[in-house]
Amino acid sequence: MTVRVAFGTRTHWVGAALGAIAFVALAAAPLWGGRDDLQLLSEIYAYVALASLWNLLAGYAGLVSVGQQAYVGLGAYTLFALAILFGISPLWSIPLAGVVAAGLSVPVALLVFRLRGHYFAIGTWIVAEVFRLTASQISALGGGSGTSLPVAMVIAIAPTRQLRDFTMYWIALALAAAVLALIVWLLRSRYGLALKAIRDAELAASCSGVDVYRIKFLVYVITALATAMLGALIFLQKLRISPDAAFSVNDWTAFVIFITVIGGIGRIEGPIVGTLVFFALRQTLADLGTIYLMMLGLVAIVIMLAAPKGIWGLIVARFGWQLFPLERTVLSEKAQKR
Amino acid sequence: MRSVVEGARSWEFCNLRKTIGNIDAPSTAQARGPPPPLSWGRKYASKRLMEWINVILQGVLVGGLYAMFAAGLSLIFGVMRLVNIAHGDLIVLAAYVALVVAQTLGIGPLTALIIVVPVMAAIGYALQWFVLNRTLGDDLLPPLLVTFGLSVIIQNGLLTLFTADSVKLQAGPIEVATIRLAEGLYVGVLPLVQFAVAVAVIAGLQLVFYRTALGRAFRAAADEPAMAQLMGLDNRHVFALAMALSLAVVAIAGVFLAVRANFDPSQGPARLIFGFEAVIIGGLGSLWGTLAGGLILGVAQAVGAHLNPGWQILAGHIAFLIVLAARPQGLFPKVRP
Repeated sequence: MTVRVAFGTRTHWVGAALGAIAFVALAAAPLWGGRDDLQLLSEIYAYVALASLWNLLAGYAGLVSVGQQAYVGLGAYTLFALAILFGISPLWSIPLAGVVAAGLSVPVALLVFRLRGHYFAIGTWIVAEVFRLTASQISALGGGSGTSLPVAMVIAIAPTRQLRDFTMYWIALALAAAVLALIVWLLRSRYGLALKAIRDAELAASCSGVDVYRIKFLVYVITALATAMLGALIFLQKLRISPDAAFSVNDWTAFVIFITVIGGIGRIEGPIVGTLVFFALRQTLADLGTIYLMMLGLVAIVIMLAAPKGIWGLIVARFGWQLFPLERTVLSEKAQKR
Repeated sequence: MRSVVEGARSWEFCNLRKTIGNIDAPSTAQARGPPPPLSWGRKYASKRLMEWINVILQGVLVGGLYAMFAAGLSLIFGVMRLVNIAHGDLIVLAAYVALVVAQTLGIGPLTALIIVVPVMAAIGYALQWFVLNRTLGDDLLPPLLVTFGLSVIIQNGLLTLFTADSVKLQAGPIEVATIRLAEGLYVGVLPLVQFAVAVAVIAGLQLVFYRTALGRAFRAAADEPAMAQLMGLDNRHVFALAMALSLAVVAIAGVFLAVRANFDPSQGPARLIFGFEAVIIGGLGSLWGTLAGGLILGVAQAVGAHLNPGWQILAGHIAFLIVLAARPQGLFPKVRP
């Protein structure tokens, strides 16, 4: 009997159609949106991508890192260093930032992979602190108080301000779409099968011949690469960098974790739903300041205790929707004929 | 992306920046005594030697505080495999409780311990009973995320109540009292008391863990939770007691933190990291190892700060990473008592 494997359910066609429509509408945003809209949307894309990457790391590979700000900051500092010290155009620096981070993530992984579970989490945090403290010692980049991108470099992106806004907006959209595509591709490949096995039962996966260490290592390096590219882009849009902003545990890790948990960890749709909820809350409640942040923490705790699979987990349990063609269904010959 | 910063403005108070200030720097200036005379030769060499002895001594004394940060962390990890991300924020919370108690009742910080310790222990028991017990299980994520959420809530709660201004707990004349050990070598009475308390806390925990019925319950629930339950232990109660004990230690650490230097709501995460580093340097599961880990961290930071004020915290992190690379099980891993 030949066995065929099919991806996805009927709803993923709905997902694909929705995704295509959304992508076209968002790509055309410079036509219908103002400057503020573009900035907000860029920010949303950055968080969708960061949360998706953290989800890949923690939700699938079981690497619960609290130190991804290390790579956001590293990417951002690489971009500023290349621009200020070597005069390299920021647009070229974004992929270069990814390469630098991927290279540096290898020794870091060799070190922090010695720690397990929770200790891994805090170990990654310490590495991020080392990065931050090191960055604040580099006086050529402004030391502890940071620096701005030189005007010549800003103009090198595009001659007019409007064109710069559009360029950076499209880069943000393209980067977020590329991150999602990368994750979908990764999860559909053999590695995806291994990752899901690790997610569901690490020991069993290891016993079934999955090289758990190698897969985790690979995921860690890929995540570092993409996170650094996002970091470079985020700070290119800010035009200013400081060690505290670039290596902020709150902005680049706490928010990202809350987004993923609220949306649904271990599912690709989770971070997208979580980001939308996060920004909806922020646009309405941010004036409350600290109270808003306390509420965010409380919501994350309640979700973790009451619905550990997050909002998307509840939707899947209720309706069985699936927006991305990831789940494998085994079709026997009989089923095919039917 | 300007509005990320705007929307999160209050978070700026919560970042770690302020904690890299010199609040943990050993107060060498005070203890160094009179300035060195401008003479060279043997006298100069002995001055330099004294200076280094002084740096290391101050590091050791601060290390006691770090060991106290670490002991509570180590205890709950040993009993229920829980790493409490909010540990540092609970230390800062204890410091604020001590501040409020000392100011309302008009008593000294060390007397205030009589109230702060039971209050923190009660918070610990309730926290474990109502929240954290629900997160325990095979999955690592729930306890991590829930304590992470708690950390954010405590930090921002303290920020709302006490603002971001740093405060300090006054302990009176004991703060400036010093003892002369040798020519040009002085130690503060308060750091000495702090160190003695740290050693006493570690010894006390060791005693509780290996010599009492409570300690037996802790070890039983840690090693074989299901069997412990069958033998009539209520694991939820045992875990809650462990958290209460952990926060009692946190209370002591918090009071010493508050007396030592200025503190503010954003300092929690750095305390967590110092405690964690001490645990890993010392070796998991060994209380005396944790003390040694705290001392090593304290000395590393003191030496770093002496070389360059900007290197203090970095030197501690690097010592931690070196131990992790060379001896991932820690310097003094658990040995059967």
